[in-house]
Amino acid sequence: MEYDIIISSMTKKFGDLTAVDRLSIKVKKGTIFGLVGPDGAGKTTTMRMLCSLLTPDSGTAIIGDHDILKESEEIKKDIGYMPQRFSLYGDLTVLENLEFYAEIYQVPRKVRKEKIEHLLEFSNLSKHSYKLADQLSGGMKQKLALSCNLIHTPKYLLLDEPTIGVDPVARREFWRILFELKDLGTTIFVSTPYMDEAERCDEVGLMSEGKIVKSDTPSNIINNFEKPLLCVYSEDNHKAKNMAQEEEYVFDAYLLGEELHVVADDKDYAINNLMEKFKTNNITVDSIKEVSPSLEDVFVYIIKNEKRR
Amino acid sequence: MNFKRVLSIIRKEFFQIKRDKRTIAIIIMMPIMELLLFGYAASTSVDHIPTVVYNNDIGIESRELLDSFVNSQYFDLDYYAESIKDVQKFIDNGDAKAGIIIPPEFSDDIKNGKMAQIQLIVDGSDPTTAQTILSSAGGVVQSMSVDIIQETRGMSMPQVLDLRSRVWYNPNMSSINFNIPGLIGVILQTVTLMLTSFSIVRERERGTMEQLIVTPITKMELMVGKIVPYVIIGFVDIVLALALSVFWFKVPIAGSITLLLLFSVIFLFGSLGVGLVISTVSKSQLQAMQLSMFMIMPNILLSGYMFPIEAMPDIINKISTVLPLTYFIKVLRGIILKGNGFSQLYQEFIILTAFGLGFLLLATIKFKKKIE
Repeated sequence: MEYDIIISSMTKKFGDLTAVDRLSIKVKKGTIFGLVGPDGAGKTTTMRMLCSLLTPDSGTAIIGDHDILKESEEIKKDIGYMPQRFSLYGDLTVLENLEFYAEIYQVPRKVRKEKIEHLLEFSNLSKHSYKLADQLSGGMKQKLALSCNLIHTPKYLLLDEPTIGVDPVARREFWRILFELKDLGTTIFVSTPYMDEAERCDEVGLMSEGKIVKSDTPSNIINNFEKPLLCVYSEDNHKAKNMAQEEEYVFDAYLLGEELHVVADDKDYAINNLMEKFKTNNITVDSIKEVSPSLEDVFVYIIKNEKRR
Repeated sequence: MNFKRVLSIIRKEFFQIKRDKRTIAIIIMMPIMELLLFGYAASTSVDHIPTVVYNNDIGIESRELLDSFVNSQYFDLDYYAESIKDVQKFIDNGDAKAGIIIPPEFSDDIKNGKMAQIQLIVDGSDPTTAQTILSSAGGVVQSMSVDIIQETRGMSMPQVLDLRSRVWYNPNMSSINFNIPGLIGVILQTVTLMLTSFSIVRERERGTMEQLIVTPITKMELMVGKIVPYVIIGFVDIVLALALSVFWFKVPIAGSITLLLLFSVIFLFGSLGVGLVISTVSKSQLQAMQLSMFMIMPNILLSGYMFPIEAMPDIINKISTVLPLTYFIKVLRGIILKGNGFSQLYQEFIILTAFGLGFLLLATIKFKKKIE
């Protein structure tokens, strides 16, 4: 298998803080790699180093055939990078932004018009092409940012939390576009705080405190979850959670939407004991049953496990 | 350097300026306002000085003297005092800048051929006004003395030395004619420095720089693309300022306007280069603003616009030689007042060109395609 992005032992420090710590990642050609992790894990710093916006203190990365330390300007011709914050010109119209980046990337004049029209259609922005970028909704802004980054048909896309602050419908739309790009052979390196997005990636890397603590396909990660996961429905999940956390045999208990998730060592032992405990404390329980974990469950578990060490 | 990429930056800048009303206001209103305000306020010609008179004499001679003070146009006899204390009061509270005190024996002394005395009190807190009062009062008294000698002795004073002075370039010694050329330089410097000092740091603050520097654009392309729009704007400003000077202030331009415009463009590159350097090293727009203020002050004070460079102490004099504005003001005055041609100004041409290229280069070197 050929790799398009190879990060090797990359480190970046800001004063005493090690933002990225000997990070190594390999991204296969034509796949989507999702970088997930809590705020401050070092995702943005990693992205910025890949784009040569920051220089790593040690280690390096190779994108395509080029080393980010030695040939950053060569790399810039082939990448599209979406920063976390909207970074286009708000006082330029949609069309003007696209034209500007087409000129900067020196898209040949002959194909420029066609390309822009195609991108506008692709991202459903045709109707808004004469609006100022600042007047667009969050989702539309992100689609415009993506479009501007696609104007030169990059081989590699680096997206830093591209769907943050975007409504669910627009998020789904955005990911539809990413899949289309993947089908066209683009290699995509995307960071996201959303687990449902992470599950759509070909491979995910869980980042915590500057390191990758787990990296695999989403299904492998889920299947390899080593402990039973119980899902509790009760009338007072909050109280039930606090109670469960006190128990020795409970590894972790946390709320996930309407559900209380409990990670325990032994399934039957935990169910029986928890039932008992809830009953004596007058908490009505609708059900306790084992469920298969989601990516989020696994990541919560891994990160807590890391911290306990 | 890819010319098309530079062009796209220039076009983008113009789109942004076009939509930014505040910037347009700075571009158009600032030169007009500053020229009008400074053109009138910074006039150093002093006349019609409010004066207090304490006349103890009842003779016709003292009245003749006061008449010649009034006729000189320099003095307005606004206040008449009853006592020395009164005189002091008028000068103390600032109503009068000068006091004329005539003793009781003034007319008698003249009639008797003795030396008559007059006392002149000057408020010296403003040296420029005081200087004018002293010299013009001296003139008034001198010419009256000559008249009295002629009348009483029936002959003219024998002259030994005869000084015939001719004032060149600005024969009326109008301070407006002298101030306006320098003012044009100052305005051009202020406007361009303010505009460019924001141009890079604003993109950093808004985050647009992050997107721009992951493209293959080179530093030189970006810098040139950032500077050219403001050269054009500065050029519009200088045309505006020149038109206002010629048609409103009636300052005649003795030399070639084409040469003047050529020099302006060269100066603009240097001045904008300074702005770009500021913008490149600043962390925020506020910091850029402070830094450009810090730059503007010495330029106004030390460039020869306000005070003659010749009068400055050596060290300050040295500072003035590293300010592009010093040379530009020399050029402006040379062309507008003296009608200098290129042959008299080629040194300034070389220096200003060096400044322009130097600062542009410095900005390019200082600029990093990084976000640290």
